[in-house]
Parts: sequence; C-alpha cells; structure tokens
Amino acid sequence: MAHGQHDNHEDAQHHHIIPFNIYIKVFSALMCLTILTVFAAQINFGAWNTVIAMLIASIKAGLVLSFFMHLKYDQKIYAVIFGTGLFFLLVLFFFCNLDLMTRLNVDGII
Amino acid sequence: MSTVNSVAHGKHHHAHHYDSAEHQYLAAKFGTWVFLCTEILMFGGLFVGYIIYHQKFPQMFHEGSKFCDWRLGGTNTLVLIFSSLTMALSIYYAQLNQKKKSLASLYITLICGFIFLGIKYIEYTHKFHEGLFPGRFFAFDNPEEMARWKAMGINNMGMFFSFYFVMTGIHASHVIAGMGLITWLIIRTHRGDFDSDYYTPLECVGLFWHLVDLIWIYLFPLLYLIS
Amino acid sequence: MSSAPGKNYINEKSGLWSWLTTLDHKRIGILYMIAVMTFFAIGGTFAMLIRTELFKVGPTIMTAHQYNQVMTFHGAIMVFMVIIPGIPAFLGNFILPMQLGAKDVAFPRVNLLSWYCLIIGASIAFFSLFYNGVDTGWTFYTPYSITTQNGTILMVLGAFVIGFSSILTGLNFIVTTHKLRAPGMSFWRMPLFVWALYSTALLQVLATPVLAITLLLLSAERLLGVGIFDPKLGGDPVLFQHFFWFYSHPAVYIMILPAMGVVSELITTFSHKTIFGYKAIALSSVGIAAVSFFVWGHHMFVSGQSEIAGILFSFITMLVGVPTAIKVFNWTATLYKGSISFDSPMLFALGFLFLFTIGGVTGIILAVIGVDVHFHDTYFVVAHFHYVMVGGTLMAIMGGIYYWFPKMFGRMVNEFWARISFVLIFVGFNVTFFPQFILGAMGMPRRYFDYLPAYEPLNRISSIGAWTIGTGFLVGLAVIIHGLTKGEIAGDNPWGAKTLEWTTSSPPPHENFLVQPVVTAGPYEYR
Repeated sequence: MAHGQHDNHEDAQHHHIIPFNIYIKVFSALMCLTILTVFAAQINFGAWNTVIAMLIASIKAGLVLSFFMHLKYDQKIYAVIFGTGLFFLLVLFFFCNLDLMTRLNVDGII
Repeated sequence: MSTVNSVAHGKHHHAHHYDSAEHQYLAAKFGTWVFLCTEILMFGGLFVGYIIYHQKFPQMFHEGSKFCDWRLGGTNTLVLIFSSLTMALSIYYAQLNQKKKSLASLYITLICGFIFLGIKYIEYTHKFHEGLFPGRFFAFDNPEEMARWKAMGINNMGMFFSFYFVMTGIHASHVIAGMGLITWLIIRTHRGDFDSDYYTPLECVGLFWHLVDLIWIYLFPLLYLIS
Repeated sequence: MSSAPGKNYINEKSGLWSWLTTLDHKRIGILYMIAVMTFFAIGGTFAMLIRTELFKVGPTIMTAHQYNQVMTFHGAIMVFMVIIPGIPAFLGNFILPMQLGAKDVAFPRVNLLSWYCLIIGASIAFFSLFYNGVDTGWTFYTPYSITTQNGTILMVLGAFVIGFSSILTGLNFIVTTHKLRAPGMSFWRMPLFVWALYSTALLQVLATPVLAITLLLLSAERLLGVGIFDPKLGGDPVLFQHFFWFYSHPAVYIMILPAMGVVSELITTFSHKTIFGYKAIALSSVGIAAVSFFVWGHHMFVSGQSEIAGILFSFITMLVGVPTAIKVFNWTATLYKGSISFDSPMLFALGFLFLFTIGGVTGIILAVIGVDVHFHDTYFVVAHFHYVMVGGTLMAIMGGIYYWFPKMFGRMVNEFWARISFVLIFVGFNVTFFPQFILGAMGMPRRYFDYLPAYEPLNRISSIGAWTIGTGFLVGLAVIIHGLTKGEIAGDNPWGAKTLEWTTSSPPPHENFLVQPVVTAGPYEYR
C-alpha cells in the first residue's frame, strides 16, 4: 500500500505516556485550586471578585488542557484548533459587549 | 466499518482510505479536536449571554447565586475533576496493556457521572420545590424576599434561574451523552478491543469528557460563587 | 482492492438500501444532489408564488398572512436547505476527495450522518406547515418570533438539526484536507476548489454552533420564557440579532466561497491556461473566511445597536471587499490571452463574474452606514443578496453541474439546450432583480405583501423576469434528466482539465483511483 505524507508507523502506536505521578500531581493541584476558589469567594475583592474567580478557573482549565488532554505533549496543531475556537468566541463577546456598553442611555430606558 | 472496506494489518484493522492504523488514529484525534471547537462556540454563546446580563443586572445575579449551594456545586466540581483523572487513567492503563485497571477506571468515571447527576437532581428538585423556576414561570413563594428585591430594583429574578437551568441543563445533557459513550467504551474494553496498539476511541471520548469538565470548571464559580 | 472493469460507483451495488446506507462519498454526494434539487424546486415554487403575488398592487393570489409565510419559507428553504449545503455537500462531497487523490473523506459514517441531519431537519421544518407555519421571515427576529404562531418552534428546531449537517460536513472536509492528501500534494498544490471548500469548512465549524445555541435559546424563550431576548423580562432583542448574525454573516460566505472555488476551476479549464495568481486566490479564500467573522453588525445598523459598534462594523465590512476583488481581478487576468471555449459551464462562470461583481459592489454600497439607513429593509438589499446568491452561487452550481456531469455520470449533457438554459437564467435573472435595485432606492420595503402604485411597473417587469428564470431552471432540469438517460457517453477528460479527478474513469470506480496518484506538480499545469 502506498504511504501518504504523514506518520509512517505501521500499526504500533508509540505515543507518549504521561507518568502516573504526574496525573496525581495535576489532580492534587486541581483539588487545591478548587478549594482556593471557594475560599477566595468568601473574601470581597470588590470589582475584582469575578476576575479572580475566572483567573483561578483558567489555571485549572490550563492544567486539564495541558495534562489530561495532553496538549503539552502533542503536536501544536491541536492547541491551535482549540485556540482558534476560543479566539472567535472572544470576537463574539467583544462586539456584543461593545454594543451593549456603548449605547447612549436615555433616562429610564436601558 | 465493514471488513470489506478495511485492511488487516496485524491485529487491528484500519479503514481502506487510510494507510495505517496510526494514520487513522491521527485523523480521529484531529477530528475530535475540531469537534471540541464546535462545543466551545456553542457553550461559549451561553457564557457570552451570561456575562452580558451579569454586567447589566449585577445585583440580580448576586441575589440569585445565593440559592446555589456552593457545597453541592463544589462537591460536583471535585467529582468531575476526579472523573477526569480516572478517564485519563483508563487511557494510561490501556497504553500499558492493563485491561483490568483500564476497565476499573472507566467504571469509576461512569459512577462519578451518576454522582454528578444525582447531586444535580437534588439541586433541581429543591429549586422546583421553592418555586424557583426559570423565566416567566418564576414563582418564588417568599413575599419578604420578593419585596426586598423589589426595593433593590430587581424585578426579573427569573432570568438568573433561566441561565442557571439552561446552562446546567445543557451541560448535564453533555454529561449524559458522555456517560453513554463511556458505557460503550466499557463494553468494548470487556470485549478486548483495546490495547497499547489501539485505544483511539478511549482517547477521543476522553477528550470529550475533559471538555465537559472544563465547562463545569467555569460554570461553578459563575453560578455558585458570585454571592 | 480494485474494481472489475466496467464497474463504477453507480453500478457496483444496486438497490435503494445500498444507497441509503452507503459510505461512499460519491454516492453521498448524489444523495445530497437529489435532496438539494428537491428543496430548490420547493423553494423556487415559493419564489414564483411571491413574484406572482407581487405582479399587481393589492392581493393577487393570497392573503397578507399567507404571503408572510410564503416569503419566510422561501427564505428559510433556500438558505438552509439549498445554498448552504448546495455546493459543499453535493459537489464538494463528490469532488474534494478526488481532487486530493484520496479514496474517501476522513469520516465516511459521519458523512452519511450529515445527510440524514439535512433530511430529518428539513422534515421537521416542513412539518411546521401543519402548525400554522411561520411568518417571521427566515431571520426569526425577536420579540415577534417569541410570540408568533406555533410553527415557529418546529422550523427553528429543524434549522438546528440542519445546522449539524453543515458542521459535520465542515469537520469532515477539514480533516480530509489535512490528513488525506495524495503523496506529493502539498497545500500549495491543491486545487483552488479545495482551498475554497476548506475555507468554507472553517466557517461551518466555527460559526454554525453559535446558530445552534441561538436557536435553542429562542426555543427556550418561547417555551420557558427565559427572558434573554424578551424586553418584558429584561432581555435585549438586539442581542438575538447579534447572536443570529454572528453565524448568518459567515453563512453567506459559506454560500459564496465554494461558488468562487467552482469558478476558479471553470475559468482555468475553459481558458486552457493556468490560473493567474494561484496563491492570491487561495489565501484570499482564507482571508475572506477570517474577516467574515468581524462584520456581522452591518445587518444591524438601524436595529438600535450603538453608533460606535456600527462604525467599526462598517469599516471592517469594506475591508472584505479587498480579498473578494483580488479574486475577480485574478480570474479576469486568467481569461486574458487564454484560449477560451464557450461551453455551457464557462458561460455560467462568465455570468458569475458579471453578476457577482454587481452583487459584491452593491454590498460595499450597503456597508456605508449613511446609505444603509436609507436602503435597509428595502428591495435594494433584496436585489443585492440575490445578485450574489443567485447570480453568484446558483450560477456556479449550474456551471459546476454541467462541468462535472461527465465525471459523475459518464455522459455529456446536450450542449445546445444547456446554453439555452443559461440564456434564460441569465436574462431572466437580470430582468427580475435589476429593477429591484431601483425599487429599493425608490423606497419600496422588503417582505411587504403590498406596495404603493408607483412601484407597480417595475414589479411587473421583475415578475416577468422571475417566470423567465423559472423556465430556465426547468430547461436545466430537463437537460440534466436527459443527460442522465440519453446523454452521449463521455470519456475520462472531455474538457482537457488538469486536476486529479479527470485522471480516472467517468464515472469513477468505487475507490476513485485504480492506482494511488502521486503528485509532482501544481494543479493547473497547462502548456
């Protein structure tokens, strides 16, 4: 059979195996960050509340993406695909928010 | 895939239009990531709506969040994170040809799914009991609270619960779909379909399951911790 | 596995069940062809009803309420069931793997599933006719769509399911392009039709999910009163428009990009000359796809959107004209000093050049906010989008069908009648839609059942044009049916084209190529 221009391994899938202890460390970090989120929510940082919550959530998300979902060890293309989705989601958010935040407010009408 | 169109190479077949099992694996993984992209945009729309209205009605969201018990939500977060670990481990064990441990990991993941849904069931029924329905069906039977909200200028509390039910509801439907896929993986693992040379379905379902976890990682603080 | 001689993808297995459970991308392409042509006939019939009603002032053949439903169905059917799947799922499914030198798409079962999503979704949408139909226009704007008749939710759910057809097709094409190219085929040696379909696939995958959530939220709004779009509950109806157009603007590029891909193939083949500016055309496809995500607010200039947002959207919209113009210039340059043959596919490609340019330029006119305030929701907009969708995409579909007909079915169509169909369609089209630019400038609103007497003469001309186009398409249908049964047997490469699908037999065998092609040059090496 002819081969295409991609990986030529026959059948054996010699893929990177993340060590067990890394999985455990990541899991522990995720647990700690979850507990941290709950504690941080008890303290009032004012306008920063949501920002801090989202920041911690993003660190957790980063760990899940990098390790559980293997992005740290895989070809870059998968991260590019994921990043592209996020980027266009931000575009949706940016323009919707821009509109709603820059409307001229007439008294009593939003 | 039919055996007529697949090629046997060693133990594992691959479809006729691929050159090797590895080729097919890489395509499946690529396709799964593209699919995850679509989920980001679909769920993302909900998050965009949430953020916009949270900015518009901060007090209403603040008050609404008080009805979301952070202990239940927090437990669910830990449950899902743990299930992500066990899902990842099911692949780890398959990569090492340890079928029994891979199977056990899948079962635990499935059980975590049931726990998650169980807690959600408790939350939902509690809210229904209190009359905390979404949108125009909102019928909270506590006149003092309603009056207090009115005094604060809040008169569309139903909207918070709209977001709560729609977002957690669609998320839960994905948890159920994921559990269905994991059940399929359990059946196939029992059958001996997977080993260190072939575990593509485990990997692809795993990615989906992690996405479900990712979404909850953001849902939890936004719904439960903003009060 | 080789086919026996004389065996091709059509005759190798027979029976309806073998077609309905096929995993062969070529058969799935034909299934899509039948579905899309059927939906086009239905949507086209609704169009004829519209133009017949508008022939005279006052009610002609229907009531106002019926008119609102007819125009909604015309739009929804044409957008979701014809123009969006039309080229990618029909021609694309058949031709893309072959142009890549592959044996099939990456995920054949997902491909079949995408066809069933179209059929099931369309059935759900049509079912709404039994529940008082839908009268919101295909855009389902809130708050009216929240309160109006029952059929709305069925059509919305139907569109939701159809959306998955689009997403799955796009996903398949992206992975196929990345993973199943023949040895030696780098990205820069892919045919431009593939570049166009790839760019389209990016849009299908990134934009359609937002439509999905929008339609779900609209359904939740109707069923649960969630309040997100309903002003009575603190919601913002303009937010619906933002969410809707975030998809629907890229959707119009889903409609036109594949058409441009077809035109690239036709122009180069029938000029017998390598395409001018291959890289520019390839990159402009991706460029159009990317920019298309940043312009949706130009549908909302008068909706109550903020002025700042409007200005930003207006400016970026004008930018999208640049990659589009690059294509038109490159096609024209390809024609220059080419050895041009005026076979029917080429006639449609040339028709496209002329009509699409008018359509595109009128889009730039509408991008100017000040102008749009006057033209929004008038017939100027109707004329603009019909020039690009019919004068553009539909012309390209016709050209593509006539072009790839010998490859798909092993027969040639009757060239004389194919050209007649072109003349009727081209002339009929201009007679129908050019007057509508004038009507719009005169202030005639769109979607209205009735109009002022001053608009009547141009409306009559427009309706006569519509009956002419209808005739043209009927002739085209006859040409296709005649070709299928009695067309002259075609060779492998009747047009002398250079892309890979022409190196195999007509019709192709099940696995496309008897020997795996190895690519050593670009796709258009003439001379």
